[in-house]
Amino acid sequence: MTAVPDSSFAMALGRPRSLNPTKMFGRIFVYGCLVVLAALFLAPLASMVMTSLKSMEEIRSGTLLSVPQAPTIEAWASVWNSACISVACGGLQGYFGNSFLIAVPATLISVGLGALNGYVFSTWRFRGDNVLFGLILFGCFIPLQIVLIPMAGLLGMLGLAGTIPGLVLVHVVYGVCFTTMFFRNYFVTVPAEIFKAARVDGAGFWAIFFRILLPISWPIVMVSIIWQFTGVWNDFLFGVSFAAGSSQPITVAVNNLVNTSTGTKAYNEDMAAAMIAALPTIVIYVAAGRYFLRGLMAGAVKG
Amino acid sequence: MANLGINHVTKSFGSLAVLKDIKISIEDGEFLVLVGPSGCGKSTLLSIIAGLEEHTSGTITIDGRPVDDLEPKERDIAMVFQSYALYPAMTVEQNIGFSLEMSKMPKAERVERVSKVADLLQISHLLKRRPGQLSGGQRQRVAMGRALVREPKIFLFDEPLSNLDAKLRVEMRTEIKRLHQRLGATIVYVTHDQIEAMTMATRIAVMKDGVLQQFGTPEDIYDRPANVFVATFMGSPPMNLLPATVVDGASGPRLSLKGADVTLPLPSSVTARLEPGSDVLLGLRPEWLSLAAEEVSANPMLTLHVDVIEPTGPDVFVALRAGEREIMARLPTGTPIRSGEKRAFALDLSKAVVFDAGTGIAH
Repeated sequence: MTAVPDSSFAMALGRPRSLNPTKMFGRIFVYGCLVVLAALFLAPLASMVMTSLKSMEEIRSGTLLSVPQAPTIEAWASVWNSACISVACGGLQGYFGNSFLIAVPATLISVGLGALNGYVFSTWRFRGDNVLFGLILFGCFIPLQIVLIPMAGLLGMLGLAGTIPGLVLVHVVYGVCFTTMFFRNYFVTVPAEIFKAARVDGAGFWAIFFRILLPISWPIVMVSIIWQFTGVWNDFLFGVSFAAGSSQPITVAVNNLVNTSTGTKAYNEDMAAAMIAALPTIVIYVAAGRYFLRGLMAGAVKG
Repeated sequence: MANLGINHVTKSFGSLAVLKDIKISIEDGEFLVLVGPSGCGKSTLLSIIAGLEEHTSGTITIDGRPVDDLEPKERDIAMVFQSYALYPAMTVEQNIGFSLEMSKMPKAERVERVSKVADLLQISHLLKRRPGQLSGGQRQRVAMGRALVREPKIFLFDEPLSNLDAKLRVEMRTEIKRLHQRLGATIVYVTHDQIEAMTMATRIAVMKDGVLQQFGTPEDIYDRPANVFVATFMGSPPMNLLPATVVDGASGPRLSLKGADVTLPLPSSVTARLEPGSDVLLGLRPEWLSLAAEEVSANPMLTLHVDVIEPTGPDVFVALRAGEREIMARLPTGTPIRSGEKRAFALDLSKAVVFDAGTGIAH
């Protein structure tokens, strides 16, 4: 093996290396910018983690970004188990569970319905299909606040007011618009001849959907699941409007926890509560983020 | 195996007619090729036969039984698509066996049928792969396997070779024809390639703008084209069309070529009575011209200017000029000829065709 010539040696030979000084400077500048921006972006998260691991004394004496001298998970344990939210002092755990009970069914149902809708709109023509699809798309652009009053009336009529199934219904209705659009736009990129071949082969409506279409749809399924789960999990408005007391989601509970603390503000507990509320979406993005990006690309640029 | 009848089939989208009164019928075991330029309606007609599209009026019969109201799967047909349309998430084995699975055939029988077809197409070693891991030619074979495994009454092919490179296309052409001979299956095959049409068909239907131009055997189509469109679409290089006028001669009417001081006898193929003075087009295939020997030939002769010579290997295509007009000749390789010369060419009029100059229809 020949030694790689160092730059002075290369210059002595009069052969410019691929990284000449100008390019090198440019590269350093670009990476420098990225590092600074990443630090700026991560600073609040770092501050939250640090603060949540400190005791109140240390918070009073230290600065926002200082590393905890005596790290403790006391604040985490307290908000999880025993913090008082409104009048109940059972911590966040019940509300954390509520959010799962809302987000998981709402995600699965809205993604399932969206897939079915998208399949029908992309493959099976019927009278007025474009008008109907337009109406569903229109649903994506209706601001949440507009539907609050009529939705409250509807939930009341159905006897679901203030319950978790009621919130699931609201999120499904609202999410189906988006998931329908995602799946329809993905399925129209599937060559029409595949559907024709399946029909000639004797496959019906469901066989085409389950055997042929769904197995090649995992990128858009991932996109829809992430989109819906984070949307439902992070929702505050519907939660605060339609859920009562013990059926509230964690976003509402965190808000109540922060706003009802008496005496001194327990910053460490506030930060711990916010971290707990954000964890599931962070986990989903870290675990499935690359599928999310890939899915968006697959829908956008079809080779 | 079955016969197929297409009786007065029309198809229109609103006021736009894409198929006009198509009438074709073939016997059991025939290889019908629908050929025409893009937009002629050939693929639409195939979709109608398959039941994937509805026609506006007329009847399709398979085995003498009308199938107009039947779903594709009830028509006992199989189809091979241009893009192969393999199911991406399934293995080759599942792709081929899918239709059998849909018809609820027991697994053991299914596996046997699939492996038989895979043997026939020499793709047994690919059965566990997915379409994404196959080359174009292998996908083509899988698509054929998917059709073959059903043992349907009629096979439908929609431009199945047009995505393959030239060499593979010729190989698969031969292979499809061999399969046809071996299975004796009834096949309807759509292509825009007139060579595919000529080489594979037992019957050709030439279409243009939704109208059936001519339906016949390859020999009919090539030697006795019904009109100017068929004459120029089928055959490469296309048939030469020389404008001429009918004149009275001593022994019946003769043709006076425009721009040349020659009269020719009327080809024997012409049966209609031609009025003297009427304008016609004399259709001559390039291979019906030959370099005249020095001696007087039995055939009529024409002196032409040699413009361009294009060797193809077995033949030489020669672009000749008669005044403004270009005439293509197909001569055997090795013919002593140079561009720029003026040479006498003998015309074999025994197969020549005469078209009405106005309507383009053969006399």
